[in-house]
Amino acid sequence: MIAAVAHPGKADAPLVRIEGLTKQYGLATVLNGVSFYIEPGEVHALVGENGAGKSTLARCLAGFAVPSGGRIFVSGSEVQDFSVEMSERLGIVLIHQELALAEHLSVAANMFLGHELKKGFMLDRAAMNAAATDMLARLGCSIDVSRTVADLPVSDRQMIEIGKALLRNARLIIMDEPTAVLTPRETDQLFAQIERLRSQGVSVIYVSHKLDEVKRISDRVTVLRDGFYQGTWPTSELTAHEIANLMVGRELEQIYPPKSAIENRVEILSVDGFSGDTSRAPASFQVRAGEILGVAGLVGSGRTELFESIVGLRPSKGGKLSLQGRPFAPESYRDALAAGVVYITEDRKGRGLLLEESIPLNVAMIGQILENRRLVDLGEERKANDWAVAQFQIDAPFPGVRVGRLSGGNQQKVLLAKSLLKVPLLILVDEPTRGIDVGTRAQIYRMLRDLANEGKAVVIISSDLQEIIGLSDRVLVLQNNRLAGTLEEKDISESAIVQLATGVGAATDQRQ
Amino acid sequence: MTEQTSSATAQTAPAPAQTAGIWQRLNLGAAGPLIALIFLLVLGAILNPTFVSLENLENVLARSAFIGIIAIGATFVITAGGIDLSVGSMAAFSAATMIVVINFLTPIIPSVPLVIALGVLAGFVATTLTGAINGAAITLGRIEPFIVTLGMMGILRSLVTWFANGGALTLDFGARDVYRPVYFDGIAGIGWPVIVFLGMAVLGEFVLRFTVFGRHVAAVGSNEEVSRYSAVKVARIRFLTYVLQAFCVAVAIFLYVPRLGSATPATGILWELEAIAGVIIGGTLLKGGRGRVWGTVVGVLILSLINNLLNITDIVSPYLNGAMQGAVVIIAVLLQRPGRR
Repeated sequence: MIAAVAHPGKADAPLVRIEGLTKQYGLATVLNGVSFYIEPGEVHALVGENGAGKSTLARCLAGFAVPSGGRIFVSGSEVQDFSVEMSERLGIVLIHQELALAEHLSVAANMFLGHELKKGFMLDRAAMNAAATDMLARLGCSIDVSRTVADLPVSDRQMIEIGKALLRNARLIIMDEPTAVLTPRETDQLFAQIERLRSQGVSVIYVSHKLDEVKRISDRVTVLRDGFYQGTWPTSELTAHEIANLMVGRELEQIYPPKSAIENRVEILSVDGFSGDTSRAPASFQVRAGEILGVAGLVGSGRTELFESIVGLRPSKGGKLSLQGRPFAPESYRDALAAGVVYITEDRKGRGLLLEESIPLNVAMIGQILENRRLVDLGEERKANDWAVAQFQIDAPFPGVRVGRLSGGNQQKVLLAKSLLKVPLLILVDEPTRGIDVGTRAQIYRMLRDLANEGKAVVIISSDLQEIIGLSDRVLVLQNNRLAGTLEEKDISESAIVQLATGVGAATDQRQ
Repeated sequence: MTEQTSSATAQTAPAPAQTAGIWQRLNLGAAGPLIALIFLLVLGAILNPTFVSLENLENVLARSAFIGIIAIGATFVITAGGIDLSVGSMAAFSAATMIVVINFLTPIIPSVPLVIALGVLAGFVATTLTGAINGAAITLGRIEPFIVTLGMMGILRSLVTWFANGGALTLDFGARDVYRPVYFDGIAGIGWPVIVFLGMAVLGEFVLRFTVFGRHVAAVGSNEEVSRYSAVKVARIRFLTYVLQAFCVAVAIFLYVPRLGSATPATGILWELEAIAGVIIGGTLLKGGRGRVWGTVVGVLILSLINNLLNITDIVSPYLNGAMQGAVVIIAVLLQRPGRR
């Protein structure tokens, strides 16, 4: 293992020095005496499992949270007053995990929000538009700054956030899981921006679960575990596997379980010339018992839409579906559930769980509907809860806790429990591990493989290519709302998927 | 799952604060309306002993019953994330329909009870239908509830004015004598309106808490998308809350008509605000997702106790009743708002 000693480096003039930073919420200590420093113009990765304290540290630096103890120095002088205004004045800006832009305002208005330029007591729109355009041009992007943010894709919004930070003379930009919602190509663009920031002497704290990205972009990496500082290393000295071990604090076995053991796979779902509401061409494919079928494609390629149409959550434009040889034409999602097909949404907070409610209420929800119950059976709910907590190893601080208070990983487990309570035949999982730490991810992968090995059919839709490759027995690739191809066992590779997903082989340019 | 992974989660998950948990469970906001009600009763007893006399309290209850029954329906609408501004006009419309039908049938059908029954039936059907129109416009037409019910408020109010030709619709005298007991009689000295109010409150609390329908009402109000992705029939649930609301209005009016024996264009004016205020004081969230029928009962009682207190004491002018009630609504919401994260 690696000795947990921080590299001294050029410690003479760090941009930010953190000393013994501690943060408590009630009795829980989420940061425990963390000390390290950020150099000017470095990309500093901050990694750790969910609950390790990464986000809290970022929030303290950006003035959203007040530390319970410890000190922060910026350019040698101690920060006295923790507020967003103070952090902005010191040049520290946090770009939130869920981007925080006012959707109905224009790009320029967003970039100057709270710092509007004025001419007398009127807004100086012309100057703001010019400055915003200029700043975005410096980032190598040409968004029309008079457009409404709601009309722009996520990747553009991220550029706007970066531009907004730089307009406030940011010297340290903290990015919290910036690639969680980006496609590989958008990720590449973001990395190019980060390189540019680095060359201009701006420091970046890069908070992420994705260790391959950490390896790719960061100069140094700091690992947190359970609120404790584990150390800081030059990224080049560690492999992704070593970083993962440091995060988890033990030797991490293979994260992906072995592939399908079942030889003779019977067809469960057969899709024949089916078009979802966004499909540009009918798709035909099969899903078989005992396999995990991966579905890859860029964001916007119609993956989610196709499967939502199949289960009746969206309209479809026709085609034939059959389930275990019988015709399958769900008029509503309820029909699909009743037939044993469950769709687990990618948006667990917005579509998956009632965050204000308890675990038992959430877990029992679908079962109640399928059994056509009139009255709530509290005993039944308690049983469902006990099953879910045991089967999925859900960590609930106390019974009756609101689901919204659980960590992302535990929320995902509640969502899985809710969807699997009534033992479906065919499980469609959209982004099974988005924003979830390595340990929980390995658990979820094993659960999905166990389901397949029990003879269920599992479909995973994912933007994470490693996940698709590591988990799938076969892979469907969608491109621009049509099925671009199917890859079988040995043909599954990153380059093969990317080629199909971007349509490079077919020489079609996807840029709009 | 292997033992390895389970031990890993046990280690890596941070232990959340126990105290935070206790605070979360012991929701002080939930008991707030009840504490306020007790405070008002004590205050009233000190200021004027007749305030806590059985007679006066029964009077307060009786006055609360109509708004209370309507507010029970409003609790469902609001919990599902909707709003119904038309209930005041709907009450006038319901009363007008009952009276017009009874007066029209009286010369034709000799049996007075039958005439009244038909009139009441017509009132229920017409009122519930207006609720169904509200619900359909909101769910099928995808129009904001605020706009639909604001429109319905204007439509129904002017229909009543038109029925009454600008004046009053007065119930036929013969019918009035037979219909009277519905308001003036009761069991053990408690009037029918109060009995029905409390009965419906118990039923409403049960439905909201212990039926799957009630669960779904809260789920739809809490997050419509989550409900849709959990196979809840979102449109059906929302539609039903408006029908239920209209039905509650019809029940209230069925009990109300014999009291005055007439309907005018001014009947039920501002009832929608009183009903909504009662619901909100009781701790139901205006944005939906959490509702309490018992809280609504308490909220409505608080509002009429304030009114009553101003009338029988002379500290504050009764003319300031509206101001006091308004202040209570704002304070109630202020006290119930979730604390800082």
